[in-house]
Parts: sequence; structure tokens; C-alpha cells
Amino acid sequence: MLSAEQSSWFVRKVIFWRAVASIAWAVLLLPPITAVFVIISRFSLLHPIQAVAECLSFLTSASAIFSFILLCGVIIMVGFLNLEYYTVIPTIACSKIALLGQLLHPRQFVNSLAHCIMGIIVAWCCAITIGGRYETIAYPSTQGDGSPQMCLNEYHLILLLAGAFVGFSHSLLGVIYNMNYVSFHSVQQYKYLRFKGSLSLVLKCSATQALYSVRNYIVVYFFLGYVPKAWICKTLNLHLNSSVHPLDSIAGLLDLSLLYHLWISASFLLFTWHMTLLLFRIFVTEVYSFPVQSSFTEDAHQCLPKVLTDKQPMILKFLALQDFALLSQHSPSRRSEVFSLSQPGGHPHNWNAISKECLSLLADLTQRLIAYHDTVATNGRAKSLSTGSERKTSSESSVTSVTEDLMSPRPTLLMRTPASVFARSMVGCSQSPLTAPFTPDLDSPFASPALRRLTAPMDQCSPWFGTVQSPHIMRRAPKLWSTSTDSKVNGSPQASPASVPSPKQEPSKPSLLAQFLQNRKEQVKNVLAKRVLIMYLFNKLPEASSQALFADSQAHIWALEGLSYLVQSSFSEDQFGVVQTALPSILSCMLGLQEAVDRHFKLPHASSKPVRSASSMGDSTHKTLRFALRATLKTSIYRITTTFGNHLNAVQMSAEHRKRLQQFLEYKE
Amino acid sequence: MFEPCFNQYHIMRTIIDHTTKDTLRVASGFTVLKMCSLALFPPPLPSGQTTLCESNNELLSGTTTEDRLKLESSPLSLFFPRESLKLHCRTESSSKAAFLDHSETLWMRSAAAWRDGGFTGLLDEITNSNAEVPKWLSVSSGCTLALLRWFSSFHGSLFPHLTMSSEDMLAEFSQVLNWSDCVVRAFAWHPHTDKFAVALLDDSIKIYNPKSATTPTLKHRLQRSVAAVQWKPLCATALAVACQNCLLVWHVDPCSLSTRPSSGCAQVLSHPGHSPITSIAWSPSGSLLVSASPMDTAMMVWDVASESGVPLQRVGGGGVTFLSWSPDGSHVLASTPSALFRVWETRMWTCERWPCVKGRCQSGCWSPDGSRLLFTVQGETVIYALTFTDTPAGVTTCTSKGPQAAAVVADLSETTFNTPDGDIIVGGEIQSLAWDPTGERLAVLLKGDPQAADRPAIIAVFKTRSNPIFELLPCGFVQGEPGAEPRLMQFHPNFRHGALLTVCWSSGRITHMPFYFLSAGVPHFGLSGSPSLPRPQERPADFANQSLFTELMS
Repeated sequence: MLSAEQSSWFVRKVIFWRAVASIAWAVLLLPPITAVFVIISRFSLLHPIQAVAECLSFLTSASAIFSFILLCGVIIMVGFLNLEYYTVIPTIACSKIALLGQLLHPRQFVNSLAHCIMGIIVAWCCAITIGGRYETIAYPSTQGDGSPQMCLNEYHLILLLAGAFVGFSHSLLGVIYNMNYVSFHSVQQYKYLRFKGSLSLVLKCSATQALYSVRNYIVVYFFLGYVPKAWICKTLNLHLNSSVHPLDSIAGLLDLSLLYHLWISASFLLFTWHMTLLLFRIFVTEVYSFPVQSSFTEDAHQCLPKVLTDKQPMILKFLALQDFALLSQHSPSRRSEVFSLSQPGGHPHNWNAISKECLSLLADLTQRLIAYHDTVATNGRAKSLSTGSERKTSSESSVTSVTEDLMSPRPTLLMRTPASVFARSMVGCSQSPLTAPFTPDLDSPFASPALRRLTAPMDQCSPWFGTVQSPHIMRRAPKLWSTSTDSKVNGSPQASPASVPSPKQEPSKPSLLAQFLQNRKEQVKNVLAKRVLIMYLFNKLPEASSQALFADSQAHIWALEGLSYLVQSSFSEDQFGVVQTALPSILSCMLGLQEAVDRHFKLPHASSKPVRSASSMGDSTHKTLRFALRATLKTSIYRITTTFGNHLNAVQMSAEHRKRLQQFLEYKE
Repeated sequence: MFEPCFNQYHIMRTIIDHTTKDTLRVASGFTVLKMCSLALFPPPLPSGQTTLCESNNELLSGTTTEDRLKLESSPLSLFFPRESLKLHCRTESSSKAAFLDHSETLWMRSAAAWRDGGFTGLLDEITNSNAEVPKWLSVSSGCTLALLRWFSSFHGSLFPHLTMSSEDMLAEFSQVLNWSDCVVRAFAWHPHTDKFAVALLDDSIKIYNPKSATTPTLKHRLQRSVAAVQWKPLCATALAVACQNCLLVWHVDPCSLSTRPSSGCAQVLSHPGHSPITSIAWSPSGSLLVSASPMDTAMMVWDVASESGVPLQRVGGGGVTFLSWSPDGSHVLASTPSALFRVWETRMWTCERWPCVKGRCQSGCWSPDGSRLLFTVQGETVIYALTFTDTPAGVTTCTSKGPQAAAVVADLSETTFNTPDGDIIVGGEIQSLAWDPTGERLAVLLKGDPQAADRPAIIAVFKTRSNPIFELLPCGFVQGEPGAEPRLMQFHPNFRHGALLTVCWSSGRITHMPFYFLSAGVPHFGLSGSPSLPRPQERPADFANQSLFTELMS
């Protein structure tokens, strides 16, 4: 409880105020945008002066002020939703069913509902603004028999429903394109310049998205428009004017002026919302400078070494890592604080805490990659876990232990999966929270439980914990696809599911019962796999699992950059040699990760480039994070090798790593 | 011979810091006695002699035949005869008319015109086919087209370079002398190893590595009119290539035996409106790549791995032509086609504007510590220097405290030398500058006059020193075979025994000229293997009385 309070100081003191500032700016920018919208929506080519005069008189009217206040409320609400729903680690759906699960999530449902209502409100304001035939929902008319009655104004209704539809589709697209994902930029710019630079893009993609939304809306209204119309008539006791052409017909919808007004209203709605989102992203990702050490103990929890180790909130960790990467690159005075020794005692506490945290982050990723690679390499079948530990040789144990004690404090961060409540209800057979179709790490929807055990958060006490992370052990372990000498050659990945691992490979592990269960499972899987719909829903999206593995790699990128810059500057700045002691572990960690990443990129789909979508507010940075990580990793190792050169030959490391390092020293990687 | 005159150079400087404060600081000009730097140089070599190297503090030369032998013995000296290159004559615009099927419907033609020529193309097509479209449409599109043309000609009169074709533009703004006629169009040493990339006239790039027998040849469909190549620092594989329409980043595995890497090894980076690209620069930390196009007012900062670019737009200038990243990574020089250049600070990406008086900034180079920028201005025959002091350490708000005015450090106006072959006039406008990584030699490529035989393009080399005060001393001229003029030059980034200048000549030859000296700034440890020539000690006393420029300590 205490730690939760301690870590939330950042959300309370920084993130909240940043969000408030972004909302305030969005509200401040609303009047000019609204004025532009009023002019565009009311402008007529034939009477320009009259139109401008009308606009001016409207802008000062009471109804305009009231609708403006409503719009402000909507913006504040959108900003609040942004704050509530933002994430720094994107949720990546690995199959269609997972995406469906995300869309039907109750949390998402609330979001969609809120956007729908806000869309209606904005559309109502637009109707007031445009005026004319859109202004009221009912108008008096005389029936054929001469009796006056209130009739439904369908133009008003179609605009309101368009607002609801656009709001709803905005919220759905937000899930599909990860619009709530806040990415950090490698190019630092001041907020104003960033905003100015992205404004034209926001305008463009709002207009495009509005166009598509209106097209879809018209199709929907054409087929289903009579439903809300009848309902409104019934509830409000209105009548349909039979003399007016109904709008849910081809002739009614082919009204250019109506289409224009629909599009311009949708553009206005999306632009204000996107602008709020843009401002929020810019404000939240602004660099926050943490003190490296504080002279007061009560501020100690706000210092960089302490903040880096915090797990929650993620934004705090990310901003801390960003600050760490920047300080290691740009500010010598803060670097000297990192290299400094504690006053009584003379321990490099700052450096120890920071380097340990960074190395454990990297070791996490290495382990995650190795586990994933093994899952894929064994083609979804559980491999004997004892093989690795039996093969553990004395020469390798030293390396392993290095990584192991780095790993030990926090083994649970790995294997994060997109959380979904839909998971449990859908596939009831699993007790594990990591239900197969939703995990990024398994390639088959109905994987065996043993496999799930492999990917589940690892138990520290289990005997193979320390061994699985050593990459060269894993390499020797049997692989389906490899042609190494002692491994079984089992044919193509489509080999019959019944061919379980032969007993001579795993003499003791799988009992008869387990094998039977596994066979059953494979059979069920085969039967289900023949159903097209299920295949469609459960098939993995290509490269999605790879994206999901690297979803939080921005943190690793900063850790790599920060470490390598610090090591580089330690060559001349580190007076007490505090970095020297950690150099072997840093190098072996980086080289181990390099090996794991290299092997990951040999998998199918891992190195295929994602399609670039230009005009979308959704940030597609997460799709290329793995490439960025690979490039940063190489650059970081090169940064160390070019700085230290042949001095690195004196650093203790395993033969495997020395061979790899030699490649880097000769510029052959 | 000399023009004794006082000349006033007014360089004004404005710092516009967009966010923190809007100050406008203007420093006044100052008066400099025009000093004819080239007069102190040793005279150029007689015809038939070529410069070989610098040793014992003087440039040694040899006759052509000796030179040949030496060249052929050296593995990295290359010769690309013009005839050996298979040039493909492609002129898309001219061949299009021959193949266009005129029996297509108006819709098809309009769509094709929209695809090829954009909006103006579409209007042009509609106006031209006035027999098929309604009269009002053809007339109105004709009017719109006329209006657009008038507007673009107005825009073009503001920025004349916008009316050039992209080939002309590349030739105009390239650092290579006479780019369009050049056999070797771009050259780049790898920053850490002894390999280099050469871009040739036939749009191929060859990579030479003395340690490997294979010379990979890079060809790509989009690799046309290569203006610049540069290797990524802190990386063994990545090579960025500035092409006519896009930016290519090749990943050439040094261990691969393949001589023709597939085009799948190349990343294509493009941004609408950002072509042709005339200059590129990697950040020294290898993380970012900036590219410039004279057509685009924005400078693109690329994160190459994720293929995302951030445009950095500023008003004024009409484009960006030349980029140079300071070796310490803190600043980027970006010159524009008009009389204005910018110095970007790379922490928060803010810039300082530097209006010039006469012309655009043609070339520039940074001192190794990134504290001093030398640049030249088109139409002037002098080298200016700007000094950047480091920002106070640990200051988080980054407003770079730059200099107030540029100082003239060298004057390279025309000077006549009497040689046995007759008078030779050396000097004039400067094409490009190169400073060696130790900061002790500065090479200046002088344009000369291609028409006049007695005004050859020539490379003048200065000795420089930045500690304790900045000094320029004459070293000599670098000359090649008779008839060959230098087109392109670059220093080797880590030559052990001094500096190594690589020159690409108009004949298609690439030669390397070592300057043997002991660098004062770099400590010498473990110099394994003595150089082929006796390495002399530097004798600074000789030229002490001939110092061209000495910074006054205030």
C-alpha cells in the first residue's frame, strides 16, 4: 500500500497536471476552430458578404455560446478519457479473436458509449451552428386535412446520428490502430514546434477519416435508417411528413449539400478530438528531469535510481528511462553524479542501482526472446525441460550465474500479455491467466499445458530457471528445424501432430497419461482447425506475435543507449572506476541479447516490414520497435568497442561472447 | 597583382529562439584587411608533375611515370575510365510522347496525367484535349493553369532554383565540382575501417575493402543520380545513399561473398515533396540521419530503423542544400539556396539563422571538437569561421550561446604564379572544404575556370592548429596528372600517421595523398608498423612568420 502511494506521487504531481495543461490548451484552441467551422459551414459562394454577416451575428448569439460551452465540456471529457485510457505499451492483438475480445471488453464498451454520446452532443452543436433546415428536431406542419401537428425533421436526426456513428467508429478505430498508445520520439522538440509540425497531419487525417466514416454511415443509414426514425417518432410523439421525401432513399441521400454538411461536421468533430489527443501526447511525453541524487531523504523516492526500479506506473518508468538516456548522452555534470561515490562509505550506489535495473531489463528481454524462440522452434510442442539442465556444462555456468543474479530480483515482468476478460469465458479449458489464443508467445491456439507452463511466469525455484536463459545451451538443444547432429530430424512443421517427441530424447519426462492427453488435444485441435470461421478467428496474424514481444522495447532501447553512453563516457570521466566492475556483465548481457535478437530475426515474419499507413492518428511506432531495438543494440555494442578497442581483450567473458565481440572489434557485424 | 583594398564584411546574425525568448541580436560587421592568402603558397608544380605526399613538412611530387607505378602498386587507387561505364540514356519525358497511346479515352488520359503530372498535369491534359471536353471545362482549366503558372513563376522568381530540373539542381548544389560530368559522383570512407564506397556515373555503387576480395556492386531501381553517400557511424553495414527521388539505406554485410546484393537489402525512405536529395548527414552517434532537398523547405530527420522521418520546417530559404553534422554531434549546418544558412542545435532541434550578404553558403566543415565552423559563401573568395563555445555543463534548457559574427580567416582571391609553363592563376570561388579528423590539415577545392586553360581547378591545403589559438598556415597545392582536375575530395577518418586525402579526378582516377606528420593533439601509443616514408618531426618554426590567420586572444 505504501509503495502504491509512493509511486503515485508522479501521477498526482506531474502526469495529472500535464493532462490538465493539454486540456486547457485544447479548450483555448476551440474558439478559433469553431469560428473557422462556422464560416466554412455557412459560407455560400453566391452571397459571400451576407454569409459573413450571418456568421458574425450567429457567433454572438446565445445559442452559439451555449453550444460552445457544450463543446468545451466535450473536449474536457475527451481529455479525461485520454488520460484514463492512454498506455505507453501498446496492446497488440495476435489473432482476430483477440481483437474481437478487445473490442467487446467492458472498459472499451464504456469508452465507445461515451464517445457515442459526445458525438451526438457535438453533432447537435453542429446542427445549431449550420442552422437552416438542420436546426430543430421537429417542425410544425399541416396535414392534408388541415390540422397542425409536429413533424420529425429528418435532417436534424441524420446529423445527430452521424455524430453518434462517427464517435463510435472513432472509438473502434482507436482500438484497432492503438490510438491510445503514446509513443516517444527520438527527436526532441519544444512542445509548440511539435504541435505546429503535426497540425497539418492531424487536419489531413481528420478529413480523410471523416470522409470514410460518412461513407460508411450513409450505407448504414440507407439500410437501417428507418429504425431510429420510427423510434424517435414514437418516443417523442412526432409524425412523419409524408410530403417530404424520406432521407433513407437513394434520392434523399444524393443531396450534395447534405453530404457536404455531414462531412464537414464529422471533420470538425474528429479534428477537435484528434487535436486534444495530440496535445495530450505532446504534453505527456515531454522530458522530465529527475534528480540523480537528493540531499534530502524525503525526496529520495523521486531520484532517478529509485524511480527506475518502480514498476508502476509505467509512464514513470518510461520517462525515467528517457531521462536516463538523455543525461548519459548530453549532460556531463549529471553523469558525474552517477559515477560519484556515496559520502560515508564510498559505494557507487547510484551507478549500481541504475546499471542493475537496466541490465535486468535487458536480461528480461533476452529470456523472453529465448522462450519464444523455443516455443516456435518446437512447433508448439513442449520440449523436455530437463534437457537443458543436463547439458549445462561447467564452462557455461559462470555466464549463467551472472545473468541469473541479475535476473533474480524481478522475474515476473516478462510474458506480459494483452489482458482480456474475454479470454477466460471463451476457452474454458485453461486455468492459466495466459490463455493460449491471446498470448503472443504461442503459435497454436490450443497448445498443450506443458507449453503453457513454459511460457508462464517462471518460478525462481524451478531447477531450469537459471539454465534456460543461457543462449548457447538453447542452441544445442534439439530443434525441429535445425540440422544439427544430435537433434531429431522431424520433417516439416506440418508434420502430423501425433508424432510426439520420441522417448529416447526425453526418457523420463512425459508420462503415459500426459501423452494421451496431449494426443487428445491435438485431435480436438485438428477437428476444430477444419472449421473455416474458427480458423479465421484463431489464426495468428503474421508478425503480430513478434510485435507483441517487442511491445515495450522503447524501454530497452533507452536502457541500451543510456548504458552504452555511460560506458563510453566512463572512459574519460569515471574517476573511481565504478563502471569497470560492471563492464563484463554489461558486455555479456548485450552480447547475449544480440544473439537472441539475431535468432529471432531469422524466424518467418520477424523481419518483414509492416505496411506503412500514412494518414492515421494511430501511432504505428510500435510496429517497428524491433528494428529500432536491433539497430540500437548494434550501435551500443559498437559504441563500447570503438571506445575501449583492444582493452576489451582484458575483460573476462566466455569464449562464445569473446568470439562475438571479436566480430564487433573487426567491424564485421 | 593584388587588389589592395579595404573590404567590409558585414555578417549579421540573428538568433531566433522560438520558445524561450524572441530576442533579436544583431552584431555589427567589422573590418578586415584583405589578405591574399595564396600568395604565401609555394608555386604550383610544373606540368607533368603530380603531388605524391607530404613529408618533412613539404609536399613531395613526382613525374607522371613514377606516379603511375606507385598508383598501380597501391590497391586502393582506382581508375574508372569513362568508356568502361555502360551509360544508359534514359530520358523519360522524351520517350513518353513516343509511346503514349493517343487513342485512349479522355478518362484514361486524365487519370494518367493525374498520376504523372499531378494537378497541373491534369489541367494541362484537359486544356489540350479541348475537342472532347465541354468548352467551359477546357476554358476554366486553361485559366486555372495560367493562374497556377503565373503564381509558380512568381514563386520561382523569389527562389530561382525551383525552376531548375532536378539534374541541374543536383549539379548546382552538389559538393562535387561539375557533378553532371563526373565519373565518380560520390565517395565515402567508412568511419572506422579502411573500406569505401564509390558512386559512379552509371548509378551503381561499388564498395572496396582492402581486406576482402569481393567488391559488391549496389544497384537499385530507385538509385538514380546519386548526389551523396555516407556510411553510418558505429555500424559496419549501413550505407545511406541520396538519390533523385528517395533516400536509400543499404545494408551490406561485410562477410557476405555476394557481389550483387539484392535490392531487398536496401531500405527506401521517402517523403512527399522531399526530392531530389542533395545532401545527407548521419549523426556521429549513428542514431539519426538528416537529409536535405532544395525543393523542400523542411529538413528531414530520419530514424532509419523505424523508417520514420520528422520534418523540421522553418520559414525562409526556399529549401535546404547542404548539411554537415559537427563531429561532436551537437550542431548541424544547413545551408539554403538563398543567402541564408542555419545552424541547428541537435538537443532540442532549435536553429540559429545566419543571413549572408552576398550569396548562399556553398560548403562548410567543422573542427574535430565541433567548436569551430568554417564555411564559404558563393560569390566570395574567402573562408569564414564561426566559433561555438560549449554550453555550460548540465544546463537543461538548451539555448546555444553561439558567436555573434563570423570572422574571415582566409582570403583565396586570384593570385598569379609564374611557372616555367607560363603564368597560372590560382584562386577564386571555393567549391568545397574538408578538414582532416585530427584538425591539422584543411583542404580547399577551388573552382577555377573550366574555359580558361591557365585557371585550373586546384586543391589548396592549409595547415591548421586550434590549440592554443586558431591558426592557418600555408601547406601547398595538390595537383594531379596533366589535364585531370580534382572533382571531389575527402579525408580518411582514421589515418594513423597523419592525414590521408582522397581525391577523385575528372579522368575517373581516385588517388590517395598521405600527409605524414605527428599530430599534436592525439597521444601516440602503439604505432605499429612504420609508414613507408620517413616520418618527420614537425617544424613549426619555418612558417611561423608566414602565418595567414591567427586568432587574437582577447
